[in-house]
Amino acid sequence: MTATDFPAETTMATASSRSRTDRRMALRGLAFVAPAALLLIAIYILPMIVLAAFSVTDYQLGALSIRFVGLQNFTAAMDDDVFMRAFANTVLYAVIVIPFGVFLALGVALLVYNRKRSRAFWEVAYFLPVTATLVAMATVWQFLLHPSIGPVNAAIKWFGFEPVAFLSNPVLLIPTMAMIGIWQVLGFNMVLFLAGLTAIPKDLYEAARLDGARNPIDRFFTVTWPILGPTTMFVVVTTSISAFKVFETVAVLTKGRFGSETLLFNLYLEGFEYSNTGYAAALTLIFLAIVLILSIWQTVHMDRKVHY
Amino acid sequence: MTPQSVELRGIGKSFGTENVLKGIDLSVRPGEFLSLVGMSGCGKSTLLRMIAGLEAPDRGTVSIGGSDVTDMDPSERNLAMVFQSYALYPHMNVRQNIATPLRMRRLPLSARLPLIGGLFAPSQTLREIDAAVEQAAETLHIPHLLDRKPAQLSGGQRQRVALARALVRSPAAFLMDEPLSNLDAKLRAHMREELASLHRRLGATFIYVTHDQIEAMTMSDRIALMSEGRIEQLGTPDELYRSPATLTVARFIGTPSINLLPVEIDAQGKVAAFGQDLGLQAAAAHAGPATLGIRSEDLRPAAEGLAVRVLRAETHGADRFVSCQLLADETVRITLRQAAGETLETGADGLTHLAFAPERAHLFGADGARRELSVRERVAA
Ligand SMILES: Nc1ncnc2c1ncn2[C@@H]1O[C@H](COP(=O)(O)OP(=O)(O)OP(=O)(O)O)[C@@H](O)[C@H]1O
Ligand SMILES: [Mg+2]
Repeated sequence: MTATDFPAETTMATASSRSRTDRRMALRGLAFVAPAALLLIAIYILPMIVLAAFSVTDYQLGALSIRFVGLQNFTAAMDDDVFMRAFANTVLYAVIVIPFGVFLALGVALLVYNRKRSRAFWEVAYFLPVTATLVAMATVWQFLLHPSIGPVNAAIKWFGFEPVAFLSNPVLLIPTMAMIGIWQVLGFNMVLFLAGLTAIPKDLYEAARLDGARNPIDRFFTVTWPILGPTTMFVVVTTSISAFKVFETVAVLTKGRFGSETLLFNLYLEGFEYSNTGYAAALTLIFLAIVLILSIWQTVHMDRKVHY
Repeated sequence: MTPQSVELRGIGKSFGTENVLKGIDLSVRPGEFLSLVGMSGCGKSTLLRMIAGLEAPDRGTVSIGGSDVTDMDPSERNLAMVFQSYALYPHMNVRQNIATPLRMRRLPLSARLPLIGGLFAPSQTLREIDAAVEQAAETLHIPHLLDRKPAQLSGGQRQRVALARALVRSPAAFLMDEPLSNLDAKLRAHMREELASLHRRLGATFIYVTHDQIEAMTMSDRIALMSEGRIEQLGTPDELYRSPATLTVARFIGTPSINLLPVEIDAQGKVAAFGQDLGLQAAAAHAGPATLGIRSEDLRPAAEGLAVRVLRAETHGADRFVSCQLLADETVRITLRQAAGETLETGADGLTHLAFAPERAHLFGADGARRELSVRERVAA
């Protein structure tokens, strides 16, 4: 700024000393960034690179040889009946779980929100499945849905219908698991919606009533639904991701029998049961790509509508 | 719609054990600007919300335009309310915000549904709504803001949107709960004027809640001053200022606040302050301790009278306020109002005497009620 007042050499001396300080500051900055950056690379980036590297080889876990096979693993996946069936199953599962898991949760949240004293009880009750893991609850489900001794079938029989083989009839397998999936996510989503509902200013409902919103439907569409937009978006994205990640239901209840594989279960078989590490890596990449594309699409698509 | 009257009869309300409203009777005339004022927590908002139907009274009735609406839903009372928080719908732009009351009333439910609603909306009605929105925006000078979301507006602009949303239809009455309290002083003064002129232009009934007595004094036709769940006094701003019915009213109305002098009424009804006879006569039946209220403009410097020590003087434009301390009791503060050019002669120790216009003094008994007062003779003060 005042550099012009000084003789030329002083100016140059200042400039070079400044660049030295600059460099020192830059180094210091890097030193601060390094731990976080290195951790990020070690924990997230490197595994992805290793995964991508495996996916273009025929590596088998423990094998002594490894060969580059290009995109062969990916083309093989397209021709793999089991993989394609797992893909279709997962999509069907997600198509059932996402809408019901989101809208039922919203409905339950609306009902629970208006309870004064019993609210805490309902919250805990609906949240129980989230804490009691499916692996622990699987026996209960197996018993409930059992064709001969289960109470569900007892009820069906009582109404005069044939018993239903929920866990062995190939047509019913995925819908049955989807029901269990909804049961699993309902409580979590409800809590998210409850948080969203709590954040809506009461004034808005009162303003809506004075503006002529006679019935709850009007108030819902004028206030609740639009303001819950960001919450709903978050719930949809997380529910989608967890739907695509469905694994333990299959692993515990059917072990993939009767054509009930899902993407993740198939991946588990290839990687851990058959030790086809290279192929499993390719499937993992495909799986990640699907989830990523879906989430990004949902976010971009909905973000435009839900923000204010 | 022609402006409607609002009648409250014996309104009572408790929250749990707290008795918030203790029997309120109030008639608001059609087209009147009535302010509800009072200290924080005295029940103003609760009363307003009862008129709106957002809160149900435990006792009493609310009538609008002569018909009992006590059990009617807020959506059917045809009232417009401006909230302190403005309560604008954050996801709607200004145009949609203002249109909401009309859409709710004029469109069938099917036409109000999201996504598919547009298919069912009669285009004639939609055009009428658009025109009404434009006009309301015009009235409040906000046509350039119609396409913005509330988050993109300043506090003052939001305030205008809230007002536009209220007046886009012609409600039976406007209810406002401290609508100006979130604005800065200058904008508040401006909006005060604008609200008053809006009231004149619309000729509508306004019920306006505020704890700011200046707002109430400048805009209202009448003021209902509330204290602890009761209406202390109902009257024009002038009546409240010139003959406050209770000590609470006297304290609340007027800036600077009224000067209060502890006095004693003797058995003959003579009023004395610290043993000094003030030349005022009260009813002998009221003998005992009392409070004398004197407005700052009714005081003047004098050769004798109340002996005070001058603490400081502040000049506010045309007025000069001199704060003094009573010599007889140093906890009593007296404020004297003078014209800006005037001075106050004091002795070297800052002592002087103040006299007051006795016919303009107010006497309040120990229970806070106003007492008759007459001038006996012009002695001492
Ligand atoms: N929903 C409620 N539940 C319990 N108490 C309440 C409720 N609403 C108001 N109150 C109580 O009623 C009293 C009057 O409240 P109100 O909001 O009417 O006061 P206000 O005169 O509007 O005060 P302010 O000037 O601070 O807005 C307060 O003591 C408050 O604590
Ligand atoms: Mg209030």
